[in-house]
Amino acid sequence: MAIIDSRHAAKQLIYEKVFRSATLTAAILVLLILGGVALSLLHGAFPALKQFGFAFVTREIWNPVTDQYGALSAIYGTVVTSLIAMAIAVPTGFGIALFLTELCPPLLKRPIGVAVELLAAVPSIIFGIWGLFVLAPVLQRHVQPWLIAHVGPIPGIGKLFMGPPYGIGILTAGFVLAIMVLPFIAATMRDVFDTVPPMLKESGYGLGATTWEVIWNVVVPHSRAGIVGGVMLGLGRALGETMAVTFVIGNAHRISTSLLAPGTTISSAIANEFTEAVGDLYTSSLIALGLLLFLITFAVIAAAQAMLRRLERRALSSI
Amino acid sequence: MKVFKGLVIAAAALGWAMSAAAADISGAGATFPYPIYAKWADAYKTKTGIGLNYQSIGSGGGIKQIKAKTVTFGASDMPLKPDDLKAAGLLQFPMIIGGVVPVVNVKGIAAGQLHLDGATVAAIYLGDITQWNDPAIKRLNPKLTLPATAIAPVYRSDGSGTNFLFSDYLSKASAKFNTTIGANSSVQWPIGIGAKGNEGVANMTTQTDGAIGYVEYAYAKQNNMAYAALTNKAGSIVEPSGESFQAAAANADWATADSFYLILTDQAGAKSWPITGASFILLYKQPADPQPVNEALKFFAWAYQDGATMASALDYVPLPAAVIAQVKKAWSTEITAGGHPVWTGK
Repeated sequence: MAIIDSRHAAKQLIYEKVFRSATLTAAILVLLILGGVALSLLHGAFPALKQFGFAFVTREIWNPVTDQYGALSAIYGTVVTSLIAMAIAVPTGFGIALFLTELCPPLLKRPIGVAVELLAAVPSIIFGIWGLFVLAPVLQRHVQPWLIAHVGPIPGIGKLFMGPPYGIGILTAGFVLAIMVLPFIAATMRDVFDTVPPMLKESGYGLGATTWEVIWNVVVPHSRAGIVGGVMLGLGRALGETMAVTFVIGNAHRISTSLLAPGTTISSAIANEFTEAVGDLYTSSLIALGLLLFLITFAVIAAAQAMLRRLERRALSSI
Repeated sequence: MKVFKGLVIAAAALGWAMSAAAADISGAGATFPYPIYAKWADAYKTKTGIGLNYQSIGSGGGIKQIKAKTVTFGASDMPLKPDDLKAAGLLQFPMIIGGVVPVVNVKGIAAGQLHLDGATVAAIYLGDITQWNDPAIKRLNPKLTLPATAIAPVYRSDGSGTNFLFSDYLSKASAKFNTTIGANSSVQWPIGIGAKGNEGVANMTTQTDGAIGYVEYAYAKQNNMAYAALTNKAGSIVEPSGESFQAAAANADWATADSFYLILTDQAGAKSWPITGASFILLYKQPADPQPVNEALKFFAWAYQDGATMASALDYVPLPAAVIAQVKKAWSTEITAGGHPVWTGK
């Protein structure tokens, strides 16, 4: 008996070791891939960065004829479309998640939940085509003329809504992005709200708190980290989204104050131009754009981590 | 054991499939001629059993792939300069011809009614002409009533041969366009809105009042778009059609063009459509393995010979016979392996 047992134990030990090294390899593989991506981007972007230096990031020009490239308009477009998307999607996603977990009649809970998840499964090209053929004409005929006529003359904010109604442009791209990131934000937040222990909520109600007070003082503080996580997941997708944006942004390497004007984003510029880019500097500049997107995404994730840590510290100190 | 057997069979099947694929001709490049290459490939496979694996990844990609020697031939909508070809050891020749057509969306103006010239179109895309009732457009169209609508220029946002032909034509027609913008597969347009692909430009143009855009001829024709007639180099007004594209190709001076480096825009001849272009094939002059190159040349020769009807059905234009003869002569004199010509056909 004792011999079998020790054999069994030895076997288990080997399994343990194999399993351990397998998971370790998988984890290291991620690091290697990420490092490989960063290195090959740097290598590919080197000629452009060497030619233009830091000015690559600060110049608006993008002229393949004279081989002069600057990424400013693409960075601007990427950031602004993502901000518009987040401005629409975060409050909406927050509302959907709260409604589903706290207020929704049980009968509706499943259909709405499934609908949100299905929205996440729609391929981005479908959103692009829908944006171009369905949304853009509606915006062009009904929404944008109204904005131009009524918001345009207002000093200050009016500057954002000037120019001809093209239907496509920065605003349309932000809008399509909002719909695309909404399911990610809503689903993540819903799952986090679901993890709030019912005992806490019921204690709140027991003390005579209203639904709003329970949500704001119990549910939200308990799921802060998850909310930030959901927002970051959405922002990450918005920053990198390519195909749908390419269809509706108007693809112009220009910075305009008007949100109705065409612009470009980093990923849509790469998708548009990489296939026909002839010449080393042109290709290298497009790869340098990719490197910038890599850095921006990295900075966003780092900022999210820092924010989470600060929130945690504040939560601890308030106890 | 059963699993193992299955694996062996699967591996054998894979090996067989791969050896079958090895006999296929491989090429990569321009998207503009892809529909006709695909159609030719299909007919050629039925006839000879040899398939064509053509990846339509864009001209830039095609040039990179042939330089990396991962494909037998590359395809590009922009001809490579003779110096570049010499440095890489490549031979270049035209395969098929197509045309680019300006399309408009102006109330009350049907296909072919509007008449424009290169200088006017260039001024529109530079933002110098902003209204449809501008005197410059009125002068060309004395009989039309043009509305006071703002012109909304639409351009192709993705790098493409269409962009190259259009911007090259405008550069030839307008000195200002040439110095401020120039010709390329992507250029920095000062105004207007960029749409992706022919379908994007067509869609933006049809849904925006007062828009002007440019698409490949097949696209304008199949979608019944309101195209504009243009004044050509000879000063006559021409409509886009297979004949006017072929006229431009026939009037071009292929005989003296080094390495077939010839851009067909703004050609002489009373019937020549001014925005015509050829799509090119790139091959190594001294291939390490002459066998696949020979197979590719057989395919191209067959396409020149028997592919013209298929090309016309898709609104492409076959090369003039004189140009084909010159291309074949270049094959037999310039592509060699071990001192012997690879191409021995007619």
